[in-house]
Amino acid sequence: MEENSEIGSKRKKLGFWKWAIASVVFRLILSYFSKNLNLSSRPEVSTPLTSLRRLAEAYWLKQLSMSPYSGSMYHGSPLLLSILGPLTVKKIEGQPSHLLCSLLSVVADFVSAILIRATGCSLVTAHGHNLKSLGLDKLFKDTEILPSGDIAALVYLWNPFTIISCIGFNTSPIENLFVVLSLYGASAGQIPLASFGWVVASHLSLYPLVLVIPVIFLLGYGLDAPPRKLFFQSNLRDGEGRSADSVDLKSLPNKSIKTTFFSWRRVIFFFLWSSIWISYLLILCAISMKEHGGLGEMFKRTYGFILTVKDLSPNIGVLWYFFAEVFDFFRKFFLIVFHVNILFMILPLAIRLNHRPCFLVFVYLAISSMLKSYPSVGDSALYLSLLVLFVNELAEMQFSFFLFCGYVGVSLLSPVMHNLWIWRGTGNANFYFATAMAYACFQIILVVESVSAMLNYDRKIRKICNSAKV
Amino acid sequence: MSRLKFSILFFLVLFVASESRAEEEKVAELKEEFNEALLLRPLPDRKVLAHFHFHSSAPPTRTYGRHHYLFPKSIYQLVHKFQVREMELSFTQGRWNYERWGGFEPISSSYAKPPGVELWAEFDVPHHQVDDSWKNLTHALSGLFCASINFLEHSTSYSTPQWSFRSFSGKLRYGTLPREAVCTENLTPWLKLLPCRDKAGLSSLMDRPSIYRGYYHSQRLHLKSDEFDTSNMSTGIVLEQTLTVVLQPNTFSEKISQPSWSLSSLFGRKVSGKCSLSHSSNLYVQFEQNLLSKVNELWGKSEASKNEILINESVQNNPLFELSLPPKRVIKEVENLQKEGSILFEFSIDNYDESDPFDLGLKWKLPVVWSCRQAPLRASRFLLGSGNERGAIALSMKSTRSNNIERAGFDEKECWLRVGIFQVVPWYVKVYYHTLEVFLDGELQSTMDNIEKIHVSPSEDKVSPGVMEIVLRLPCSVKTAALTLEFDKGFLHIDEYPPDANQGFDIPSAVVCFGDFLTSMTFDDNSLQNIPILSKLQENTPVISYTEVLLVPLTTPDFSMPYNVITITCTVFALYFGSLLNALRRRAGEEERLLKAKAAKKTGPLTLMLSRLSAKLRGKPWEPPQQSSSTRSSINYKLIVKVALVAGIGVAWHYYFQ
Repeated sequence: MEENSEIGSKRKKLGFWKWAIASVVFRLILSYFSKNLNLSSRPEVSTPLTSLRRLAEAYWLKQLSMSPYSGSMYHGSPLLLSILGPLTVKKIEGQPSHLLCSLLSVVADFVSAILIRATGCSLVTAHGHNLKSLGLDKLFKDTEILPSGDIAALVYLWNPFTIISCIGFNTSPIENLFVVLSLYGASAGQIPLASFGWVVASHLSLYPLVLVIPVIFLLGYGLDAPPRKLFFQSNLRDGEGRSADSVDLKSLPNKSIKTTFFSWRRVIFFFLWSSIWISYLLILCAISMKEHGGLGEMFKRTYGFILTVKDLSPNIGVLWYFFAEVFDFFRKFFLIVFHVNILFMILPLAIRLNHRPCFLVFVYLAISSMLKSYPSVGDSALYLSLLVLFVNELAEMQFSFFLFCGYVGVSLLSPVMHNLWIWRGTGNANFYFATAMAYACFQIILVVESVSAMLNYDRKIRKICNSAKV
Repeated sequence: MSRLKFSILFFLVLFVASESRAEEEKVAELKEEFNEALLLRPLPDRKVLAHFHFHSSAPPTRTYGRHHYLFPKSIYQLVHKFQVREMELSFTQGRWNYERWGGFEPISSSYAKPPGVELWAEFDVPHHQVDDSWKNLTHALSGLFCASINFLEHSTSYSTPQWSFRSFSGKLRYGTLPREAVCTENLTPWLKLLPCRDKAGLSSLMDRPSIYRGYYHSQRLHLKSDEFDTSNMSTGIVLEQTLTVVLQPNTFSEKISQPSWSLSSLFGRKVSGKCSLSHSSNLYVQFEQNLLSKVNELWGKSEASKNEILINESVQNNPLFELSLPPKRVIKEVENLQKEGSILFEFSIDNYDESDPFDLGLKWKLPVVWSCRQAPLRASRFLLGSGNERGAIALSMKSTRSNNIERAGFDEKECWLRVGIFQVVPWYVKVYYHTLEVFLDGELQSTMDNIEKIHVSPSEDKVSPGVMEIVLRLPCSVKTAALTLEFDKGFLHIDEYPPDANQGFDIPSAVVCFGDFLTSMTFDDNSLQNIPILSKLQENTPVISYTEVLLVPLTTPDFSMPYNVITITCTVFALYFGSLLNALRRRAGEEERLLKAKAAKKTGPLTLMLSRLSAKLRGKPWEPPQQSSSTRSSINYKLIVKVALVAGIGVAWHYYFQ
């Protein structure tokens, strides 16, 4: 990923907007011809949850006044159906039928990139301020602080995974947009926006539910910072030693004091807003599902489908093959084990990384996209660009080249193995599963290495602070 | 006074007696009946159709009681146990060739069945009990007929047609097993239901090798009962057993296009008299109208006299063929549109016995080529696409002959052809119904224009199959019509694959129904209504044809390595969990200090280990031992206390459980 970031920094010099617009144009061109690329039925791109083809089927059934969930085809939200459904049918005269949906996902991608950029910019300023308030700005003067927001946004826009999932006729760009919206809202302190993004993202794909913890930290403590213990020490030191001889120092102690205490007021506001949004969404869903079995049916067909891994068609995750092969009487046990695996790491990560909520968002997204029941490359695209937000902190991450090669290798091998198995009949399911396994391993290494790099970075700052104190 | 009383009593007695006599008469009228018949028909492609028809009926229990001497007890019990209103079970091998053997006639519409087992049943129970009755019925039939009909018990294998298949009641269930192999083990229990089995009568012709050698073999059981009706018009239970076979007569040196045959050459047996329990026992030889009109063309005879000549001369000096025995009578079909109908020659086997067996022969004198009457459209179904990920089902219909459209409201402008299609698709073929496309003469139509009525109940994973019922409205001038549906192939759990998984999975036949076209034979003579086979042929039935069974290959996982998959996946998960937790709890500074301490002071390995252990137990950063002696001693003190505590608990545990 460092490779990406370096390329990105070069691009920055060429101008962010130029490249962003170029990527949008590129997407538009590709989406015009995407019928020929046949990406919409790739298992890497569209899962049973995100496929727009299934959404079109549900819309058709709904038009015949049947439940959109009848027939185990559609497993998404009824609201998304009523928004996107008409788009799948409506045609512009003389244009391909999928164009409107593709346009929508291009817009969603672009907005997400802008939001990522805004988040990144505030992260970079926070980073600089924190270093200054710790009195370490002189030490880091020789290393340039990269504009991680621009780089992350460009990585998001130019990542092949994002491009593929954008033109692949599925809903993951929209799901990503709401995740990013919640992150942006929380980092900018806009509580209604953050809660809206969080509620809609969890409603669409369930897994962003765990993001409530980083969002609370973001609202409570503010943006990513070195451990708070250091601020106490430096505040004390400031109070003893330094005099107010600089312009900056007037605001800085205030800021550091503000970040040290957990602001319960904003968290309570967040929960209030969330409950408003949740009730609003549930009422809307109940209205649209009134004739088709109500909310119970919706929960069963969406979240129930996600949690019980009913569809065993191949994807880039590992659960499909596992549950196709596992003995039936162990099925429930393993379902619980795998889902608890996601939940189990939440608490340790939250304890160790509570001062870095944005990074926590990245880790949670990476873990859930690795362990979720129907992963797609759209999820990977999101967490990879969030990773780039921390170029400054993760500069010393290990194995980054190895991981980069691994990602490239897996994304080349996986379609080949899929083709051999499904289309040619010469391969075997085990080969395809092996690539999925390798992908999971690379994701694990990425998560573990980035977490330990982040911890090492904090340790380094603490060490420098301590040595400065002594 | 006493006289008056006496006379009243007398009248009363008389009245009661007369009433009871009337009841007796009624009972006598309602009698169990068994009829057997065999219909033979030469087919255009040198084959012979043999259609055995056995008809048993039992009067309603209310008036007749529960004891039967002809009607099979097992069927009676089946009807009463599961409250079956109507049921049809067929075992078929081979496919009826609609093109050559006819698609527009009573036999092809009612007796041509899809390959494998087809079962449908309508019940007379409340709606919520229908599924239970169906499940029990499948198990009972499975036992009765030695077949795996019990596989139809699962809700994934049967469906509830709404309106396209026979009934509107919603109490009908329909299921097929396309891959069921049909053999003698299914025929023997079926024959057991006949009063004479295959020992006497027409069923004695059923020589197993010659029957199963045929091109098409369909053994069918149709049951109809109105036992549970409250009205008095109830007719009881009617059981109709038919066996339809298409055989190739053994011929060698004949140059004539049609082979001559006899019963003994077809079946290898002769009929030695009728089943003495049967009410009537007849054999019919049918010649189709197209054949007859061909003959007339050949002979150039005048329109008026042709049939009469044929009929009159049929026995002895018919120009075309010769029957070895004189028919009992000749039955001529009457058709309304001044067209000649087919001709049936009736033979009775009442007067034959062991010493003088009945053996009918047909000898062709002249070569003749004719074709059968076709349904307005010939339907065939096939798969599109390759690979095991997705595909499409296409149903194409070709117009057979334009002049075949002979309908009531025949109008050039407003001429529409209604085609009903009923298709059941198993759940692992996930059909996208919104991709339904209709092509007329190769051109894509906007779908809803040509669809008059549609009902779809999409398949639910592992719960129910997908059912599509559709009525297409096509212009009469259409030459080809096609219907395509895209689907994704599902992936199953390894336990759900059948033993031979790589063979593929079958999609049952679709039913194509031309509801506007009714086939029936009309005879002048009303007395013919009493003969079951003829009354059956006179019934109006819509023209129905079944399409091919489709074979869909599905991707298989590796069946041999569930353990490997489980262990490797779990290893990866353990790797994730362990390494992430390790990264989170590692404290580099602490380790450095530990190393420093080690270098500074070489303490005994045991104390160091103990102190590290204590640090771990407390979950606190391990304090370097040389910082102060007081902390160190406190650590040791706490450690000793802990060890003592654990030992104490251990000892207490030990004693408590002794």
